[in-house]
Amino acid sequence: MRYMLMICDDESDSRGPHELVRDPAHVAWIDYLDRRGITLLDGVRLRPSADATKVQSRNGQTLISDGPFVETKEQIGGFALVECAHLDDAIEVAARHPFAAHGVVEVRPVWD
Amino acid sequence: MGLVSGTVEEAVAEAFRESWAQIVATLIGSTGDWDLAEECAQDAFTAAVEAWTLRGVPERPGAWLTSVARNRVTDVLRRRSLGAEKFKEVALAERDKDVVVTEPIDLDEVAMSGVHDDRLRLIFTCCHPALPLDAQVALTLRALVGLSTAEIARAFLVPERTMAQRLVRAKRKIHNAGIPYRIPPRRLLGQRVEAVLGVIYLLFNEGYSASSGADVVRRGLTGEALRLVSLLTTLMPEDCEVAGLQALMLMHDARSAARLDETGDLVPLEEQDRTRWDMGKIAEAVDILKGAMQKARPGPYQIQAAIVACHAAAGDVSHTDWSQIAALYQRLNDLTPSPVVELNRAVAVAMAYGPTAGLAIVDSLVESRSLASYHLLHAVRADLLDRLQRFDEAAGCYREAFNLANTDSERRFLARRLMEIAERGTHSSSS
Repeated sequence: MRYMLMICDDESDSRGPHELVRDPAHVAWIDYLDRRGITLLDGVRLRPSADATKVQSRNGQTLISDGPFVETKEQIGGFALVECAHLDDAIEVAARHPFAAHGVVEVRPVWD
Repeated sequence: MGLVSGTVEEAVAEAFRESWAQIVATLIGSTGDWDLAEECAQDAFTAAVEAWTLRGVPERPGAWLTSVARNRVTDVLRRRSLGAEKFKEVALAERDKDVVVTEPIDLDEVAMSGVHDDRLRLIFTCCHPALPLDAQVALTLRALVGLSTAEIARAFLVPERTMAQRLVRAKRKIHNAGIPYRIPPRRLLGQRVEAVLGVIYLLFNEGYSASSGADVVRRGLTGEALRLVSLLTTLMPEDCEVAGLQALMLMHDARSAARLDETGDLVPLEEQDRTRWDMGKIAEAVDILKGAMQKARPGPYQIQAAIVACHAAAGDVSHTDWSQIAALYQRLNDLTPSPVVELNRAVAVAMAYGPTAGLAIVDSLVESRSLASYHLLHAVRADLLDRLQRFDEAAGCYREAFNLANTDSERRFLARRLMEIAERGTHSSSS
């Protein structure tokens, strides 16, 4: 099954993708995936929520405003798409993501 | 033939208690379809009533029921087999086609560990932490205990439709989110057993807190919880916390007759008639607890059971080893920090070392505001102030507790205390 891991935190970690991939904690996570034979299908780092644009279509009008979807403390900072046998494996992968230690990782099954 | 039909009914009821979980677990294992498994298990029991009345109760009711349920699965899947996606299941079910009603398979021949694994898989899946707690509880009662949706709804005082929806959503999530039907590997086991024990203890407490007038299904939850934990001890005899929870629930259960008075009001421990405690059950629980504690792997359930055992060992409140109980609460708070545990420690400390020492702990809880709306915090504080003869403050705390109490029985108890204190206050000021 494919699972989307939505990596959320309070944006206190402002490092970009190039820095993050060299972080030993991230390298260790990738190593863990390799060891468990779990495929990282895709992954992205997102720009901070300050750079987000909110778009809505209502009655033929496009409403554009700044900011992220909701005013919560945790913002989505990146995605990782993994192929796992089942939810328990996806949970273990999520728990070992470096951001899980200070933020939240939401595990969502892909609607196949 | 009234006698015979009575016997058949009893035999079916006993087979239900013995075999329901096993049959459902096996069918889910071979089909992966929870609804189909429950439906066909149900059908097998319905068929048993008629068949056993006509032909007598078979030698191995469980085996008979299992093969009838399996055949039923085969039938249903064959009818559905036009849908290509079910093809695999049909093939699987066809494999078991040689199992016919008249020649039941010998379940005794199936490796015992395999049988155990089936039910364990079911328990761990029902209590998977990715499911909401209320769904874990509902699934456990449906799949493992075999209660109907209507019965579960009644036990939890929610409309049947709400409960039906809860079960549908839970089963959908198991399927959609890919919750595995398996016993977790050793590295995850400790944490996951904890979740299972949590569900069982919750069931027990729901039944235990039900008054004597409450619905019989609701009161029956204590019995079901005891049955589930005893099943778990058979399946996981080495786990000390499973044994700890069993001992804890047995000890609570042993005191249930003395817990409520004739009007259904709660009787506090110190006023309970200890001759009404079931000492046989308490002895059994203490044996189980000792066996677990010898393995020196302490956990919260073992410690809680040890606390209740301390109470049970004493003839009355004054002979209770309160310093030991205070020390146990300290250990419990170290393992699972909680303000409620700390409040209980305060009570034990007050009994062991005097109300001033207890009040110091309660006051720091009041300051932290973590239990501000918990009536027992104020009731405990009131009791300690009362013993320190600070009657006005005590009365104020009892009034606060009264306003926050959840049940009439608690309110009656607090009102009584409030009256007693008013009398004491008058006497002390007039003397």
